[in-house]
Amino acid sequence: MIIQIFKSRSIKHSYDWKLVGIYLVLVLFGLANIYASIHSSNPSSVFDLSTRSGMQCLWIASSLGLAALILFALPARMWESSAIPLYIVVGFLLFAVIFMGVEVKGSRSWFSFGAIRFQPAEISKITTSLLLAFVMSRPGFRFSSLKDLIKVGMVVGIPMLIILGESETGSALVYVGFLFVMYREGLTGWLLAFLGFVILLFIMTLTASPYAALVTLLAILLLFNLFRKGFRIDLAFLALGIILLAAFLPAIVNAIGISLGPVAIMTLLLLCAGAVALWIGYKNKNRFLTYSTAALAAGILLVFSTDIIFNKVLQEHQRKRIEVLLGIKDDPSGVGYNVNQSMIAIGSGGFSGKGYLCGTQTTYGFVPEQSTDFIFCTVGEEWGFLGCIAVIGLYVLLIWRIITNAERSREHFTRIYGYCVAACLFMHLFINIGMTIGLMPVIGIPLPMMSYGGSSLWAFTILIFIFVVLDHQEKKYF
Amino acid sequence: MTSSRKNKLLTGLVVASLILVIKLFVIQIAQDKYKIDSRNNSMVYDIIYPTRGVIYDRNGKILVGNKVAYDIMVTPREVQPFDTALLARTLDVSEEFIKTKMAEYARDRRKIGYQSVVLLKQLPAETYMKFAEFSYMFPGFRGQTRSIRDYPFNAGGNLLGYVSEVDAAYMKRHPGEYRSGDYAGKTGLEASREKELRGEKGYQIYLRNSKNQIESRFNDGESDQEAVPGKDIVTTIDATLQQYGQELMRGKVGSLVAIEPATGEILTLVSSPGIDVDILADIGKNYQKIIKDPYKPMFNRAVQASYPPGSVFKLVNGLIGLQEGTLKPTDAYPCTKGYHFGKHTLGCHAHPSPLQLEQAVMMSCNGYFCYVLRNMLESNKYKDIAQALDKWNDYVRSFGFGSPLGSDFPSELGGTVPSSKLYNRRYGKGGWKFTTIISISIGQGEIGVTPLQIANLSAIMANRGYYIIPHLIKDSPEVEIDSKYKERHYTLVDTTQFHKVIPGMWRAVNSGFGSGGTASIAAVPGLDICGKTGTAQNPRGDDNSVFICFAPKDNPKIAVAAYVENAGFGAAWAAPIASLLIEKYLRGDISRKDLEKRIMDADITWKVKKDK
Repeated sequence: MIIQIFKSRSIKHSYDWKLVGIYLVLVLFGLANIYASIHSSNPSSVFDLSTRSGMQCLWIASSLGLAALILFALPARMWESSAIPLYIVVGFLLFAVIFMGVEVKGSRSWFSFGAIRFQPAEISKITTSLLLAFVMSRPGFRFSSLKDLIKVGMVVGIPMLIILGESETGSALVYVGFLFVMYREGLTGWLLAFLGFVILLFIMTLTASPYAALVTLLAILLLFNLFRKGFRIDLAFLALGIILLAAFLPAIVNAIGISLGPVAIMTLLLLCAGAVALWIGYKNKNRFLTYSTAALAAGILLVFSTDIIFNKVLQEHQRKRIEVLLGIKDDPSGVGYNVNQSMIAIGSGGFSGKGYLCGTQTTYGFVPEQSTDFIFCTVGEEWGFLGCIAVIGLYVLLIWRIITNAERSREHFTRIYGYCVAACLFMHLFINIGMTIGLMPVIGIPLPMMSYGGSSLWAFTILIFIFVVLDHQEKKYF
Repeated sequence: MTSSRKNKLLTGLVVASLILVIKLFVIQIAQDKYKIDSRNNSMVYDIIYPTRGVIYDRNGKILVGNKVAYDIMVTPREVQPFDTALLARTLDVSEEFIKTKMAEYARDRRKIGYQSVVLLKQLPAETYMKFAEFSYMFPGFRGQTRSIRDYPFNAGGNLLGYVSEVDAAYMKRHPGEYRSGDYAGKTGLEASREKELRGEKGYQIYLRNSKNQIESRFNDGESDQEAVPGKDIVTTIDATLQQYGQELMRGKVGSLVAIEPATGEILTLVSSPGIDVDILADIGKNYQKIIKDPYKPMFNRAVQASYPPGSVFKLVNGLIGLQEGTLKPTDAYPCTKGYHFGKHTLGCHAHPSPLQLEQAVMMSCNGYFCYVLRNMLESNKYKDIAQALDKWNDYVRSFGFGSPLGSDFPSELGGTVPSSKLYNRRYGKGGWKFTTIISISIGQGEIGVTPLQIANLSAIMANRGYYIIPHLIKDSPEVEIDSKYKERHYTLVDTTQFHKVIPGMWRAVNSGFGSGGTASIAAVPGLDICGKTGTAQNPRGDDNSVFICFAPKDNPKIAVAAYVENAGFGAAWAAPIASLLIEKYLRGDISRKDLEKRIMDADITWKVKKDK
């Protein structure tokens, strides 16, 4: 009888060991790839402490220690109650590092204690998640209340701005992910859509061209309006035709030889379409169409103001900083060197890769930062498309499992915190891998659990295991 | 609502990861670009150069071999401060040179990386030895040996051609075959036999890191390729004879060609002035000088210059007359200092008259051959002179004139043989008659031939009626020649007719001075040389001196043609040159030392008008 009770309450059933398992697989696969990335023609042992793989072993061991501490020693309840003090302490550290930290690659975000360096921005993800969960789980919290909205904005905004001040753009960008959490908790989807829209146009104007941004604007508004009331195949063809025509307009203009530039023509056409849409919207009392027209005007304004401000108003050094920020010009040794080398490494892996430790690009140092931010290159080159799918699949599985666990939870705090963890993981995953394959600008943030580095591994371990223990605690009581 | 938002977020997660996967699919599977880029990134091909094929003469002597050249290489990254003055002295260059070079490397250091670059090319062995002694004082500098062309004989510079580094235009013409820094034959045999001679490059593949340092062999050397040495080529040239021919032609502008009649093999082919082999060996330094030389030494006159054949062509016209039946050996025609028509005269020199065919050949009578051609062209076998001339044209072409012989020279000229079409165009149909075209009776006018074609005529005479296309490459196990170089080409004149003309050629040489024979100077007792002189008009100065001959009369071993521009009578220069060459070939040494000395010492290039 006792044995049975013990069995039913054994850790085997109460902790989400599958989640922990995925975490462990990623950590160990990360270690293997770190070893591969520093491997050269004169190999050393994985555990050699003078190498990064050896150090990573230490980080893994200490992370497991931390995980055990969180799971078995610390009371699960403490995280909710200590959310505010932890947030304040880490906020202070974040601020202090600007004055007391050492500069690493142009950003002042590291504390240095002898050989050990530590980045508070990594820990800040945890405390922000905790406080956000705490604030949003208070009874009576509503997004419709301006006070609550400001509160939430401050919880996320303060660390984000300080981190931006440390020039850690990548880490700051991760905080945008908390919008997904807010969306889940009732924030209107239009805010998300609008924000995404603005960011998309802004980035496209600068990285591609104003013209590409205009075409995107047209495509998005067109699709939204046509399919608002359901998908129709004939409308799909219509939309496809219009978008293709718009995309190939420069080529057509070129062929005909009109002196007016494609951007000017496109703008004129869009303005005409806008006028017609406005009229139709007014006549049919279609508010959505009217709003779309407003969005169109705002979009055109945004595209041109971005272009003009960037190219005419900004000083050379300011322009350069933004270009570096967006990865347009990211490296002194040539535009796009990092991305190019990274894509060569990944692309050369082919379907099944070159085999473990057989990569030429990563082994011989063509890819910069290959054990930290560009660890995915090693995966791509040595394990190929299959390896990449497996890694991405594991992350998706991890995030999926966290979300479903969070949804199952009866405590708001646990649910919201779970979503925060999922959002952080997702942002890191998408930005990091997107960066290595040229989908995202080069902003250095690590690949969770796999990239070399103690701060990052510790932070993700704590982040995930707090959720594991919160999740476990719920099962214990219900 | 919340549950649907959860699902929307999960959908977003899957869509976002699918975007990543699709992009991965594009760069890892759909596109090849990155795989190729990764090779360029990490693989270094260390080229192994094959040794170029050796070119032999017909007796196994090496005409073109290979020798070692010493280059000085420098790896700028490894250079430490050194004594510039000492290095300059050791390498026999100015201090300034070293300083500019080092400054250049410092400027290009990013591009050079850890690679080595050439500081000096083709050092003399002595300088190299001196450097080797002191090299320990100059870290970063090292010697490197390379195989270059070597010419043991000063023979056949023009035939052999030169080898030099390929330029961008050359690489464009031969896509994929050459890389910058490769060498290729540019003229002569080196060019025409480039494919056999060059061999195949091999390579060793190394993997390098991002700092351009070699890390390891690729695939443990299993993908490496051995170099295949170039094939050796045996030429038909007789090196000793070629060298002797060049000495005879020194100071003259023209050509000297000797063929082995039975095989069509070219024993000697001199185009003068030519290129000395030591100039070939260092073509880069001498190229501008050669190009600017008004006598165009790069121009191979023997196959690329078209001249009037002059009186040697009388042989052809005589044979055609015999074949046509419009001439009998016993026919005699008068010649009173030429052939008279209307108010005009085609002049001739003083000789007895009338003459029969043999004597006419021996004394080279102009008048006689005017009758010969007229009788043929005005023969009532043909409906008009145009038809007759076209028949004549067929005969002449069958002797190898009028179009390239098809020898293995890369750019052989065809020459011209007039036809009725030409004269119809010039004078109108029916607007011309025999006297209009009378000069072709004696090998003047519209006829243009190359010295090689004249030598081939000589071989036809020697063979009594056929030739084998003259060629320069001998059949060898390594390089097989085209079967067309083994076929006999018969002329349209029966072989039986030749016996009626050849005694005239014999008498031209062997009748002794005072007999009226035009080529007595060419006689060598016991060698039975048969020859025919020619004196071809040259509008740009003195007449060209022409002579063809073969020896011995029976079972001939060598047929020669000599053509010297602006040198005067055929007997004056061409005949002695050809005769000395034959003596050298058949006897090995020269009995007529005075004649040899006179010919070799003469410099008559001044008579040739220079091109501007």
